[in-house]
This record gives sequence, C-alpha cells and structure tokens, in this order.
Amino acid sequence: MTAGTLTIRGVSRVFPGSRGAGPVTALQPTDLTIAANDFITILGPSGCGKSTLLRIVAGLDQPTSGEVLLNGRPVTRPGADRGMVFQSYTLFPWLTVAENIAFGLREKGMAEAEQKEIVASYIAKVGLRGFENHWPKQLSGGMQQRTAIARALANDPAILLLDEPFGALDNQTRGLMQELLLGIWEREKKTVMFVTHDIEESIFMASRCLVMSARPGRIKLDLPIDLPHPRHYRMKTSPEFSALKARLTEEIRAEAVLAAEAH
Amino acid sequence: MRPLQPVGNTTRILLGISFFVLFFAAWAVATLGGYVPKIFLADPITMVKDGWLLLTKFGFAHDIAITIWRVVGGFVLAAIVAVPLGILMGAYKPIEAFFEPFVSFARYLPASAFVPLLILWAGIGEKQKLAVIFVGSVFQIVLMVAVAVGQTRRDLVEAAYTLGSGDGGVVRRVMIPMNAPEIAEILRLVLGWAWTYVIVAEFIGSSAGIGHMIIDSQALMATGQIIFGIIVIGIIGLVSDFAFKLVNRWLFPWRLA
Ligand SMILES: Nc1ncnc2c1ncn2[C@@H]1O[C@H](COP(=O)(O)OP(=O)(O)O)[C@@H](O)[C@H]1O
Ligand SMILES: [Mg+2]
Repeated sequence: MTAGTLTIRGVSRVFPGSRGAGPVTALQPTDLTIAANDFITILGPSGCGKSTLLRIVAGLDQPTSGEVLLNGRPVTRPGADRGMVFQSYTLFPWLTVAENIAFGLREKGMAEAEQKEIVASYIAKVGLRGFENHWPKQLSGGMQQRTAIARALANDPAILLLDEPFGALDNQTRGLMQELLLGIWEREKKTVMFVTHDIEESIFMASRCLVMSARPGRIKLDLPIDLPHPRHYRMKTSPEFSALKARLTEEIRAEAVLAAEAH
Repeated sequence: MRPLQPVGNTTRILLGISFFVLFFAAWAVATLGGYVPKIFLADPITMVKDGWLLLTKFGFAHDIAITIWRVVGGFVLAAIVAVPLGILMGAYKPIEAFFEPFVSFARYLPASAFVPLLILWAGIGEKQKLAVIFVGSVFQIVLMVAVAVGQTRRDLVEAAYTLGSGDGGVVRRVMIPMNAPEIAEILRLVLGWAWTYVIVAEFIGSSAGIGHMIIDSQALMATGQIIFGIIVIGIIGLVSDFAFKLVNRWLFPWRLA
C-alpha cells in the first residue's frame, strides 16, 4: 500500500465519569496533518492522552468530537490499513512467530505461498531467522516486539502506529530496537506515528516531534527534526542532537511539573 | 518443607502412592482385625474376590461398558450444545444477557431430582439415562465456557482488529483458539461430575450398568461388590483424567512452552 496522509481535525476525547467522579477530558480538540512517509514522534508526560490519540487513529476508540481522515477517507473502525504495535506484548500465544506474522495476511485470504514469502522476508528484516517456529513465550521482550513490528508491517499498512513499543525494554535493547525500526523506515519509507515518553528516542527516530501538554492533552510544540539520514546511534552525542534534547527536556519538564501538581 | 517449594518427580509419585497404601492398610486392619463387622464393610481380600467373580461370572464388564457409553453419550450431546452457546454468550453480550439468568438458575436444579420426571417422559431406556447426564452437564458447561470466553484478553482482540479481522474473525481466530485449553479443562471437570449423575440414574429403573449392580448388591448385602463397583468408577475417572491431560498437552503445546 502507498504511504498514507493522515488528517486529524478537531479530535477530542472526553471519558464519561464513573462512580461519582466527573468526566475526564483526555484530549483537547486537536488538529494535525501528517504527510506521507513522515516519521512523527509524540512526546508527553504519562496520562496526557497520547494513547488516546493513537487509539482514535487506529479506530479502537471513538472521538467525542472531530474526525480522522486517512488519504481523505474517514476512519470509523479499526482496519488493516492502520497497523498498530502496543506497549504490552500482544503476540497471539497459540501461534508461532511465523504464524503471528502471517495473521493479517491470512485474514486477507492471501495464497499460502505468497504468505510464506512475505513472512520470510520480514523474519529476516527484524533479525528473527531461526525463531520462526518458536512460541511467543519462548522469546525475550525485545524479540516479541520485533515480531509485533514484523506482524504489523507484513500487512503493508498505509500508516504504522506505535504506542511506546520499547517502553518495557531495557536500555541497551531499546537502543538496538530504535536502530532496527529506523533502518527499516529509511529503506522502505512508511508513514509512522510513534508515541514515547523517552526524549532521546523521540529525537532519534523522528522527522518531526510533537510535544503534548499535561492533561488535558493538547499539542503544544511541533518541532521538525532535521538531522540527516541514515542515522547512527553515535548521533545521540552530536551537538545538534544535544541542543534538541536540551530544548525538549525544558518543554517536558514544565509539563511534568504541571502533571505532578495536578495529582 | 517450605511454602511453594517444588517437590521432585520421584518423590511426588512415591508420596502419591504411599497414601493409597496407607488407606488400604487402614481398611485391611479395620476389617481383617475384626474392628468392623463383615456385613457392614467387606475386607479388601473379599472385595477383590467379589470383583473377580463379578467380572468372570456375572458379566460386569458389560455393565461397565454400558455405563461408560451413557456418560460419554450424554456428555458429548451436552458439549455439542453447550460449547457453541457458551462461546456465543461470552463473545456477544446481548446473547449473554438473554440466556445467562436462566442458565444460572437451571444450573442449580439437581440433575438427580429430574430422574423421576425423565422416567415419565422418556421411559427407563437409554434415552432417559442420556437425558439425565445431559441435564446435569449442559448448564454447567455453558456458564463456565461463557465466563472463560468473556475474559479473553482485550489487547489481543484489539491487536486482531488492527490486523484486519472483522467481528466474526475475532471470535474465530482469537477468542476460540485462545480459550480452547480452558474449554478442554472445563469439559474434563464436568465429565467428572457426569459420573455422579449416571450412577444415580442407574439406581432407578435400570437393568444394567455399574449403578444397577451396586443397587442389586445392596439387596444382597454384598458390600464387597459395592466397594468394587465404586473403586472401578474411581479408576475409570483417573484414567479418563489422565487421557484428557495427555490429549490437551498434545493439542495445546503452546501452553507448556
Ligand atoms: N477508558 C478510559 N476511561 C476513563 N478514562 C480514561 C480511559 N482511558 C484513558 N483515560 C484517561 O485519559 C487520560 C489519558 O490517558 P492515556 O491516553 O492513556 O495517556 P498516556 O497514553 O499519554 O499516558 C488519563 O488521565 C486516563 O486516566
Ligand atoms: Mg499510554
């Protein structure tokens, strides 16, 4: 599928209150356009509505107001054109690594031989050769997330949505996973929305970084990241990178303080 | 001994067997030592002799076969109805809202109390025996399967949706395979209960089966035969449990990985 252009128009989300508590505004009306092949990272303190925004784009949640358009067509429900990788490990435990990656292809009714070919190519891309027939339980967290990324990409979605996919991984593994995903994106291009609360990650991966305010969330800063590609982990110590990091650290700190005060 | 510390495999088997040995020893001492009158409780040796006679002279093997057939027949019928209904109830909340209150109520109706009624409806033939097992099992299976399926991990369902599954696809490709081991476990459990219903059903208006033999033996005060019958049921239960576990292990290797 060709990479998609995403338009978010006045999207907000208010969760109705429960057990005496008032309604919660998770997301203020938000406008955003993401160009095809852009790699957008969304940075913000926890509870600011990042997941809510991503779930609305995925079609897993309905906005209270506004609409989401993918290539001009409104999003109403989840679909194969919007692949998603979750923070929690969501591989199907009864399927092997290869079967997990083929899940969406089977759903499309693709011929067995073609499925095999695509699965093999993604197994290679995420470095899981030799693990095709393993059960998810037998994999480390990093390997599970690589499988999840392969499973989403194998479907060839117009946009890839990632919700803190490396959030539960240790630092070293996270660094390797960042390079792996970025490498795939540099070679194949794809529209990507990547949610994180890690500042370095949000710079390293992005062609454009959005910072969200503390709850109720809104986009308070839209920062293009003009670092050259292909990127290498050593870039994280360059002066340009450090300057961006200092800038975002200030922005995030202000929000974190606000978020802490609100609790 | 420390809490939750695992026990080795050989030790586990030895411990398990030693209780059986202890149990039989206590029984032998109580009966052979003359502490319990013979007419209330036969000793283990008489029990084995009676059992041998039953099997060789009185065609008890046929009774065992009949009882097994009744349990399995009634149970399979119940499962054919209950498993799909339970899955639908677990997956679709309006269907659950429609059936759940009635099924919850019906689950508490004792199957054995239906025996006289079922005799009126279905006579004393095989149909009635199967019906008792069916009534006793079907509601339990429905409810337990519905609960299991209703607890399907939300995040896996959402993952399937984002991979292009429709509503039917989510039921077929996530809810059913994910809960299959749990459903197998439910069936194993309810099959155990079905054994109690079949014996009760065979006490009344029956001309064959383990329960029929037990009631006949009571009239003759043949406690050895009664105990042999009970032990046979226990052994069949153990064997079927073991078979179920083996099959599950073979069907659901991902569980053990
Ligand atoms: N299903 C829900 N019901 C009620 N409140 C919710 C629900 N989901 C999220 N929220 C609230 O909305 C806010 C934003 O949540 P979320 O989008 O998960 O934040 P983030 O991903 O940025 O940490 C939080 O305050 C959270 O408590
Ligand atoms: Mg979140």
